[in-house]
Amino acid sequence: MRKVAIIGIGMNKWGELWDTSLRELYTEAALAAMDDAGVARVDSMYIGCMSSGLFTGQEHLSSLMADYTGMAGTPATRVESACNSGGVALRQGFIEVASGMSDLVLVGGVEKMTDVDGGMATYALATAADQDYESFHGVTFPGLYAMIANAHMARYGTTREQLAMVAVKNHHNGSMNARAQYPFEITVEGVLDSVRVADPLRILDCSPITDGAAAVILCPLEKAKEYSDKAVVEIVGSGHATDTIALHSRKDLSWLGATYTAAQRAYAMAGCKPEDIDLAEVHDCFTIAEICVTEALGFFDKGDGGPAVERGDTAITGKIPVNSSGGLKSKGHPVGATGVAQIVELTEQLRGESGKRQVKNARRGLAQNMGGSGGSTTVHILEVK
Amino acid sequence: MVGIIGYGAYVPRHRIRVEEIAKVWGADAPSYKRGLMLEEKTVPAPDQDTITISVEATKNALKRANINPAEIGCVYIGSESHPYAVKPSGTTLAEVIGATPDVHCADFEFACKAGSEGMFVAYGLVKAGLVKYGLAVGADTSQGAPGDALEYAAAAGGAAFLFGTERVIATIDETFSYMTDTPDFWRREYQHYPQHAGRFTGDPSYFKHVTGSANGIMEKAGMTPQDFNYVICHQPNGKFPQRVGKMLGFTREQIEPGWLSPILGNTYSGSSPMGLASTLDIAKPGDRILMVSYGSGSGSDSFVLTVTDQIDQVRDLAPHVRAQLAANKNYIDYGTYAKFRHKILKAE
Amino acid sequence: MSTSAKLKREMPQRYRMEAGKCTTCGYIAFPPRSICPECQAREFDTVILPDEGTILTHTVIRVAPSQFTDEAPYAIAIIELGEGARVLCQLVDCDLEQIAIGDPVKIEFRRIQAEGKSGVLFYGYKAVPA
Repeated sequence: MRKVAIIGIGMNKWGELWDTSLRELYTEAALAAMDDAGVARVDSMYIGCMSSGLFTGQEHLSSLMADYTGMAGTPATRVESACNSGGVALRQGFIEVASGMSDLVLVGGVEKMTDVDGGMATYALATAADQDYESFHGVTFPGLYAMIANAHMARYGTTREQLAMVAVKNHHNGSMNARAQYPFEITVEGVLDSVRVADPLRILDCSPITDGAAAVILCPLEKAKEYSDKAVVEIVGSGHATDTIALHSRKDLSWLGATYTAAQRAYAMAGCKPEDIDLAEVHDCFTIAEICVTEALGFFDKGDGGPAVERGDTAITGKIPVNSSGGLKSKGHPVGATGVAQIVELTEQLRGESGKRQVKNARRGLAQNMGGSGGSTTVHILEVK
Repeated sequence: MVGIIGYGAYVPRHRIRVEEIAKVWGADAPSYKRGLMLEEKTVPAPDQDTITISVEATKNALKRANINPAEIGCVYIGSESHPYAVKPSGTTLAEVIGATPDVHCADFEFACKAGSEGMFVAYGLVKAGLVKYGLAVGADTSQGAPGDALEYAAAAGGAAFLFGTERVIATIDETFSYMTDTPDFWRREYQHYPQHAGRFTGDPSYFKHVTGSANGIMEKAGMTPQDFNYVICHQPNGKFPQRVGKMLGFTREQIEPGWLSPILGNTYSGSSPMGLASTLDIAKPGDRILMVSYGSGSGSDSFVLTVTDQIDQVRDLAPHVRAQLAANKNYIDYGTYAKFRHKILKAE
Repeated sequence: MSTSAKLKREMPQRYRMEAGKCTTCGYIAFPPRSICPECQAREFDTVILPDEGTILTHTVIRVAPSQFTDEAPYAIAIIELGEGARVLCQLVDCDLEQIAIGDPVKIEFRRIQAEGKSGVLFYGYKAVPA
């Protein structure tokens, strides 16, 4: 297997982008990544997207996006794994370069979510749950994570305030990110007073509905310097795992098993341990998710994810900075784009280009992207050479 | 010996008081409560309808009968609020209890008499030897137009009866039906609410048919009111069954156990069947019961029943009607009632 | 309508809560499966899930998907029905502020969804306080 490097990154300013279409979103991020890498064409393309059909009526993104990035003729593959679509797209690109099949691979992620109303968006997202045995009964994604939260709170004593602190931290980080959808600070009181969505979760516990895209360019590590004179970032570990699609089928409702397994696989490939990670971008679709994910990644013991936030361990200045970008919470969550945007953030951090939110001495970063209520997870570990 | 081998009722949890409805329409609550002898009525939850109520009542009947549902030969639901205008309610019930596909199935509609109508036919098929077991349910999520006098009474609930020839808990000793074409209450196709003919619904309709049927069956059976321990007449409100009972020569004690309407309301097709279920809840072996239904349009079915020793074996295998009426009541305001009953116009 | 086939197909589970029980290890599969996730055996007996259980976790949905907006707010719970069988369903006829893990519940037959004003009705199981 060849070693794989990231030589280009691109991303738009995320938000409710009323003037921008699905194809424009994707093309903007893809061209920015190609410019960053200094390449005009790629050999192959992967597009992470969860539900362009329900959100915009458009499927067949492989043809559409190859066409509109000026590369009709190029092999392109749309990848769907719910909110983990971007992470799986990255892994597929990684495998293609590592295998020697292609040299230059563009991995993009995109979601255009605001062309439908809130009820329809909630419905479209809920298709990532078990349609016949979860969604049929009216459960939503906030509802599934709310049930994880209640289970975690009952089992470990995790507090409502600790959940809020995740959102407060991520908004603080996002306030330093020009591309974030909601780049402003919030308070614990503000979270606790916000509108109830699915008890105990409130609107400020939830990632927003976002239009956005992100893209990266991959190439063999040994050829990275041929294309780019920027610091070379290598993908040293890639782990992927699934779990039962239905939350109620899992033995422990407060534990994200696929995240644990994907992380173990990524650590093994990278030859490192949780304590060797300098920063992480994780899937904080809801505040409780970040707490559970930091436990499953091995940063904290089971049940210590909540207290860890309270101690400040996950702040940019803490023991293990989590979501320096602002996370899904502040930066936004265009579902198919999220997993790729995490790689954009880590690459910038490892290159030392993150300005006010720069994590000091960042050499090794971890990205964790998750679909559904944890039914699929990818974990990637990046190192700057 | 042919008769009832299992019975069960279902009462929704939500309630609305007469005062709460009267307040909205500026009506005089004390006079309604006195005049109609009504205190409160049941309200179905938004996810309840004739089918769901029939299923729950039947599950209770099956607990008492303890038979293999696959051996049920006919499934009948009587209601005037079948969820579909075209597509049977009974097929869903039969599917849920596992009685399909070797079963006869039909929905009955005859205003408030549809439940007893199903009982009449199911009993007849068992007696004729055409089916081993017969199931009949009377259930409704009754409609009453906002502001109409019916709104104070139109309630939700149902009762199910299984008929057979073994382990009978009450034999059917006599039946009788009395009917004429009498337009006292109706609902036209595509209309949400029924209309009624005011005071014409009284003497020429309810009282004429109920007394006609009750007197007819007693004459046929050679019985008088003194031969019965209990009587149940259809209960459009609290007052009518008391008055008709008195007219027929029954005492308050004979009427009392099945007289549910003051705290239940009028469950239309479920009304007299629920009264019978409530009476079976307290009846002793050897007790004789007269049940008289009434359905506008108009007709009245009567049954003479004799309770057997088997009643003591099955009585407590499912919740009693009055226990259900007393348990977990949730009083709602008129706004919530209007929302539950889809009386609020929303954007399409 | 195209949903009729789906409605019909799912009746054994929605109406009667039919599950598969692995003849090798006893795992309860609801809905039934072709292969046991615990022991990979492929023989199952058909069993009916118990109609009583306890709440493992719960939530109250206040922002609902499009087809449930009229019902909001409503509770959802994950229910343990014995022998390790679990279902997710609505919890109705309850005080939304008083639901607790460990509460006993029983299963009732209710309307789950309606296909608009003129389409088919979907019935199934919901939980109510025991």
